[in-house]
Amino acid sequence: MSPTDRTPLLTARGIEKSFGANHVLRGVDLDVRRGDVVALIGASGSGKTTVLRSLNGLETPDAGVLELAGGPVVDFGAQAAAAGPGWFGNRTARAAAKANRAALRDRSAMVFQHHNLFPHRTVLENVIEGPCQVQGVPRATATGRAEELLARVGLTEKRDAYPHQLSGGQQQRVGIVRALALQPDLLLFDEPTSALDPELVGEVLTVMKELADEGWTMVVVTHELSFARQVANQVLFLDGGVVVEHGTPEQIFTAPAEERTRRFLDRILHPLD
Amino acid sequence: MDWQLVAESFWPLLRGGLIGTMPLALASFAIGLVVALLVALLRLSPNPVLSWVGRAYISLIRGTPLLVQLFIIFYGLPQLGIRIDPWPSAIIAFSMNVGGYAAEVVRAAILSVPKGQWEAGWTVGMSPARTLGRIILPQAARVSVPPLSNTFISLVKDTSLATLILVTEMFRIAQQIAAFSNEFLLIYTEAALIYWMFCTVLSTGQNVLEKRLDRYVAH
Ligand SMILES: Nc1ncnc2c1ncn2[C@@H]1O[C@H](COP(=O)(O)OP(=O)(O)OP(=O)(O)O)[C@@H](O)[C@H]1O
Ligand SMILES: [Mg+2]
Repeated sequence: MSPTDRTPLLTARGIEKSFGANHVLRGVDLDVRRGDVVALIGASGSGKTTVLRSLNGLETPDAGVLELAGGPVVDFGAQAAAAGPGWFGNRTARAAAKANRAALRDRSAMVFQHHNLFPHRTVLENVIEGPCQVQGVPRATATGRAEELLARVGLTEKRDAYPHQLSGGQQQRVGIVRALALQPDLLLFDEPTSALDPELVGEVLTVMKELADEGWTMVVVTHELSFARQVANQVLFLDGGVVVEHGTPEQIFTAPAEERTRRFLDRILHPLD
Repeated sequence: MDWQLVAESFWPLLRGGLIGTMPLALASFAIGLVVALLVALLRLSPNPVLSWVGRAYISLIRGTPLLVQLFIIFYGLPQLGIRIDPWPSAIIAFSMNVGGYAAEVVRAAILSVPKGQWEAGWTVGMSPARTLGRIILPQAARVSVPPLSNTFISLVKDTSLATLILVTEMFRIAQQIAAFSNEFLLIYTEAALIYWMFCTVLSTGQNVLEKRLDRYVAH
């Protein structure tokens, strides 16, 4: 499928979020089409994780609209106004907001920076937890699918191991498989390799590249610029809670239009200068 | 020393421990843990009213003597027309008491599980209640075994207070034998040794449990 005839999957407009007095997102726009691989780059504290978490319902923006093809359409500002303040607001509107949050969550799956595998469950149990407990997939079916996915990332033998018995790269691959097993429309990655030893980064990025080639829709927060360059088809540079620059990897990496983008890339590519 | 009395009283005392003290402690502890979980969840609730209720409960239980709590339930409530038998009275008082003390242990144990575990449960699609039951509590259980074992061992000894509301447990039997034989030092020492035996066995059980629960924890 060529990028031009991809259908829209997710549209975000004017996403805002504050933590107390810290105005972290100041109107973020995002367009993701099916099959897109979107790289979110930017300095520490620029709000990348907050954007990603908002897409998974882990964070609720204060304002802005998030629309997923096939639902839901969430207007965060209107929703917050209807729900009212604190615990004593409008119950119906609060329930609606909660349902929206869950609906966003049900369409996407997050791969965390620190994998967040369940330490008391084996690799297989980690993977089938969502399908069996939540989606009602029969255990045998879920196990079969999980085994296929584990085989694809080369972890067949680790099926019955506990997470602490795996290397960091293996843990993160299980984290990816756990997300895939949910069969989401949108895969979200928050710096999936930044907690890994350098020699383990490649095995995780390889898996991610394969997923991209297979047509999974992915939003990836990353400091791996070469990965963004080779695998992403859209790059967003975030700074101070806004998308400063947005374009194809070629545009962003070879001919950044904004001074701030140039400075950021320079710092990463030439840290010692 | 009257060895024959020691030998003759050993079985009645041990039996009192096995069919009185231990069932009383086990039942109260089991119910107490449920109370503790509920109170801990109240405390953790973002709703300020619920959180205050939890805090008030813990404060009342910890700020008043267990013996007084027992007496209120057994000797006090009948004045309101609520008459409860010795055994149920004791179980109610002890489990409410355990609930108050263990609530803080359970709360701390729940808080000790990294926030990322809640988030992983969320992203996998689980409701908070299911995440709590399947993901958080099993991990919280491991850290709460040592403090909860202490609570349980204290409880085993505290059940001797139930003799004052006429529950037939080990210490009540000791009192009867002592009064009958006039050998107070001997019989009460013997009872003390049997309590100590029970507690030693329980400590061993605690170690075994900790080892078992350790199997999936990184070292
Ligand atoms: N739950 C929270 N409570 C309070 N402040 C928060 C919270 N989450 C994020 N922040 C703040 O929001 C800002 C943006 O954080 P965010 O994690 O989105 O940045 P980031 O771009 O992902 O940074 P990094 O590259 O360091 O991961 C930071 O100032 C951070 O301290
Ligand atoms: Mg981040």
